[in-house]
Amino acid sequence: MTMHSDGLLEVSRLSVDIGDVRVVDDLTLSAHAGQCWGVLGPNGVGKTTLLKTLAGLHPPRRGQIRLNGQTLESLSRRRIAQQLGMLLQHTDYAFDASVEQTALVGRHPHLSAWQTEGAEDRQRVARVLAELGLSTLAQRSCMRLSGGEARRLALATVLVQDPQVLLLDEPSNHLDPAHQVQLLNVIAHRVHEQPRVAIMAMHEINLATCYCSHVLMLYGDGEWEAGHADQLLDSARLSRLYGCPMRLVDDGQHKVFAVSGDASLSFRGSTPTGRL
Amino acid sequence: MRQLLIWAGLILLLPASLLLAASWGSGGWLWPFTDDPNLQRVVWELRLPRALAALVTGALLAMAGCLMQVLLRNPLADPYVLGLSGGAAVFALAGLSLGLTWLPVPVLAFAGAMVTMVVVFVLARGRGPWSTTRVLLTGVVIAAGWGALISLILATGPDASLRSMLYWLMGDLSYASLSPIWLLGVVLAVVILGWRARSLNVMSAGAVQAALLGEPGRQRFWELYVAASLLTGLAVSIAGAIGFVGLIVPHLMRLVVGADHRVLIPAAAMFGGAFLVIADTVARTMLAPRQLPVGVLTALIGVPLFLLLLNRAVKIR
Repeated sequence: MTMHSDGLLEVSRLSVDIGDVRVVDDLTLSAHAGQCWGVLGPNGVGKTTLLKTLAGLHPPRRGQIRLNGQTLESLSRRRIAQQLGMLLQHTDYAFDASVEQTALVGRHPHLSAWQTEGAEDRQRVARVLAELGLSTLAQRSCMRLSGGEARRLALATVLVQDPQVLLLDEPSNHLDPAHQVQLLNVIAHRVHEQPRVAIMAMHEINLATCYCSHVLMLYGDGEWEAGHADQLLDSARLSRLYGCPMRLVDDGQHKVFAVSGDASLSFRGSTPTGRL
Repeated sequence: MRQLLIWAGLILLLPASLLLAASWGSGGWLWPFTDDPNLQRVVWELRLPRALAALVTGALLAMAGCLMQVLLRNPLADPYVLGLSGGAAVFALAGLSLGLTWLPVPVLAFAGAMVTMVVVFVLARGRGPWSTTRVLLTGVVIAAGWGALISLILATGPDASLRSMLYWLMGDLSYASLSPIWLLGVVLAVVILGWRARSLNVMSAGAVQAALLGEPGRQRFWELYVAASLLTGLAVSIAGAIGFVGLIVPHLMRLVVGADHRVLIPAAAMFGGAFLVIADTVARTMLAPRQLPVGVLTALIGVPLFLLLLNRAVKIR
């Protein structure tokens, strides 16, 4: 195998459709350990479908996905789950299990049919819950959590599963800024220290600039661009991506992208303050 | 410690319920292990086989309820919700009214449940992905269809067999007696389901989540559906449609032992068995010498309990 093809997740010439929406055409990329990818694009462009395709849950129209060198089709769900995990956009729980028990389910693909979770698995759960600030809720029912707590529990289950490839569909939604940072720090730590690959569908560009080493931009109609975040994230591309003007604000320490809005509608410009 | 007490209680409940069934009858309370040959015959030939049938039926229904609740992702789902009991009843009643006496009623009932299972599954699957709502709606409509056929058979059938038909529809253990070999079958089901139950924990989070955690989604749900239908079909074929056991027992056990199916399934099987033994004993003794069908009693207990549970449930979709 050459140096170029030893990524944890290799995508070659992948075309994905959902209904009439063309998500990507001819996508080729390779995600290596230690990289954190942000998938950016407007609503409805197919970010979730793309992640599901990478997880083997949605059949692509064409192309190939390799996980640790093996094609997804050649692997059983169990073998995939040992190496790849996905945080879904919505998780709903139907039964009253405790937070600890719900997270423990993440060990499922690593245990044989008749095996039970051991002390090591429980320690792993305790560690992950502590990292995500859920320790005090360990015995609470998963049905009695707030939106943000449920979100962190869903991520906890994926981190307990501990796959090499983490597909995360909008990991930071439902979270306040402090918890967004906490959660992304936990993910970034995993990606760099373990090392893992994370591929995250995101809406917050400024979190992508902080946490993503690479981005994949989906422009719609199958058009895409992929590469290093610092090369691709600029105001021209982002304005085109979201179809609205985006401005780069740089205070010398930190770069931030802001929606600059439509100047002709700006309240500051058109409404004299005295009249109101 | 709490777990230990719960399990000790459940294990003690089984012989206790059988002892109750053996010693309580229309003649009042009598210690069953005496030298009186008449009482011996009553106990060993009537009461205990019937209690055993109740035990097996209750355990089957409780396990089927656990599976159906995972399948439909609803803690208040019932093994009969997809029309299995209706299908069983139609086949059995049709057999009775057409005079197919050479075919045992339980075999007909079982065939009816299985036919319903296949029909619901094939129709609900359609072209799209597996959907709980679709399975549920298909099942409810099929159940309504069976209901209409039941009315038709009852309205046009011979009057002479009407009474036994009605008893059978309500769920009755009067004619049920089982050889102890059935117990082995139930124990086997508990062992298989109990040990395989980690998959159930994963599947209770839904088909997509289950696939992401390594369960081949659709195939596992197929297996689950077949297993639940088999258990329900067996239960119906023994004693007709006894309602609410498969709903209330798993739900109560979830509150007591928690949601881990490795614990829940054996607990539900034990409690369901003991519950039905006690309920049947009460049903045949309460208005002695008249005997009530046990299904009437379980429904009388089940309906208010169900409404109570529904009322205090955190969220039911």
